Amino acid sequence: MSKIKEGIFYTDSHEWVEYIDDIAVIGLSDYAQEELGDVVFVNLPEIGDKISAGEAFCDVESVKAVSDIIAPISGEVTEINDELADNPEMLNSDCYSAWICRVGKITGEGKLMDAKVYGKFLVEQE
Amino acid sequence: MRLIFEKSRQGISQSILPSLDVPKYKFAPQLQRKTAPRLPQVTENDLSRHYSQLARRSYGVNTGFYPLGSCTMKYNPKIDEEIAALSGFAAIHPLQPPRTVQGCMQALEQTSRLLCEICGMDEMTFQPSAGAHGEFTGMMLIKAYHRSRGDFDRTKIIVPDSAHGTNPASAAMNGFSIVNVPSSADGCVDIEALKSVLGDDVAGLMLTNPNTMGLFDKNILQITQLVHDAGGLNYYDGANLNAIMGVVRPGDMGFDVIHLNLHKTFATPHGGGGPGSGPVGCKKILADFLPSPVLYHTCCALDFAAPPQSIGKVRAFWGNFSVIIKALTYLLTLGGEGIKQAAQIAVLNANYLKSLLADDYDLAVPGICMHEFVLSLERLKKETGISALDIAKGLLDCGVHPPTIYFPLIVHEALMIEPTETESKETLDEAAACFLKLYRLAYDDAQILHNSPLTTPIHRPDDVSAARNPRLKYQF
Repeated sequence: MSKIKEGIFYTDSHEWVEYIDDIAVIGLSDYAQEELGDVVFVNLPEIGDKISAGEAFCDVESVKAVSDIIAPISGEVTEINDELADNPEMLNSDCYSAWICRVGKITGEGKLMDAKVYGKFLVEQE
Repeated sequence: MRLIFEKSRQGISQSILPSLDVPKYKFAPQLQRKTAPRLPQVTENDLSRHYSQLARRSYGVNTGFYPLGSCTMKYNPKIDEEIAALSGFAAIHPLQPPRTVQGCMQALEQTSRLLCEICGMDEMTFQPSAGAHGEFTGMMLIKAYHRSRGDFDRTKIIVPDSAHGTNPASAAMNGFSIVNVPSSADGCVDIEALKSVLGDDVAGLMLTNPNTMGLFDKNILQITQLVHDAGGLNYYDGANLNAIMGVVRPGDMGFDVIHLNLHKTFATPHGGGGPGSGPVGCKKILADFLPSPVLYHTCCALDFAAPPQSIGKVRAFWGNFSVIIKALTYLLTLGGEGIKQAAQIAVLNANYLKSLLADDYDLAVPGICMHEFVLSLERLKKETGISALDIAKGLLDCGVHPPTIYFPLIVHEALMIEPTETESKETLDEAAACFLKLYRLAYDDAQILHNSPLTTPIHRPDDVSAARNPRLKYQF
């Protein structure tokens, strides 16, 4: 069973988003990293990129395929996790610490689930 | 097997060049290299053996079953190579005056006519070098068409989620934004989802039919009509034409522009990266925008000219000419009936192999398939831990080339199998036996499959660290 972190929100495409004050932190859920398999490359967004909820804003490459990461919210990228460029395996080993980017100037959000609803969603997926 | 660099011994190679008897030419200092290249030194005999050993270790469509199918490369009849190598075709120069290459120009025109007939198109360009280049060219035609009508607001291209990854890329390279439409449960385009994204900002739709699930979209006429009604054009990705050539024509399905992969469907080789050929055919409404130059008839000969509103060149000269000659040879040796039969047998073979596997393996979508079918190993993985990758590696130990894995992306643990028309029933039976043996092995002794392949020169490489820390050259 995939690990689900409490207190943060999830999308149906398995990104997580955590709100810290007026900043949103985005990453991949445990289910996502399990499905992807070993991640070998993260194509990070750039600071200043405008992202919009429901649309791809960066991608990750695993040994299986390249997969889009879908923005859970709309806003502007204020910070990226450079560490992932050299250590993409962090997405596999500790997905809830390995954030991808931080987003500010949030203008909207897509359909988000809390941990409990996401847990049910995963069970339905099985 | 040792690498050529590991076989190298200083001083063993000999120069076989005669001594210099013309004045030495001195290059400018910035062009002179400071150190000699670090080439391996081996004897001619050892060099010959090295490459023969490498060749013996390679596996291809000439070695055994190769279910990557026309999607990658189907069997190429040898006569195609022989004809393309005739000096009249092979020893010409692209800058020769047209009057001196009338035969070659006739061959181009004849190929264009035959392919247009198969696709239901009116005109064709041979310039694009391969499929994605063809897509790019087709998207340019659609853009030029809308602009010529003074319509600058059509900025979106609709692409189904089962499309080849090159489709959205080709559209994006032309400045379009991509709208994804999901597939419905039967693997085809979701009509309601399509309707919801159509509007006067849609430039066109890109579709592969049969799609990557190996299914012919039965709503195709409705789909293309809906796009036309919204003022968009329909682009046909010819990647899977092998299933329908001679049977049904994309032009009759409502498509306006199409690319073909001569190196997939029309039996020209492209292993090792080329050369391919991705001709683009179009309906009359797009003909004026075709890349320059196109063929036309003067009173008594063929000549080249630029179409009136041409998008310009997309490649130097006339495309990969020898590939076109191979395709022409293939078309003429099979003939109209043969082309149709090739498609029919490709579909029959896929369905036969599918029926042999369907009792054990799960089909991604049930029912009759076209030239290829997709298995999902999701359940097998849950029950045994054996993934699509493990089955693929196990097939290597059976002496069978694995099929495409993890594609299409919308199927979990996908195996996409395309046997093509040239495989015999015996070969398909043998291949099916291998697949079924591995399925049982997953339940009986999964560890064997986790360790496979064991009989190949290289066992299971560590593809994760190979991708994370690639070593792309020999480390001296």
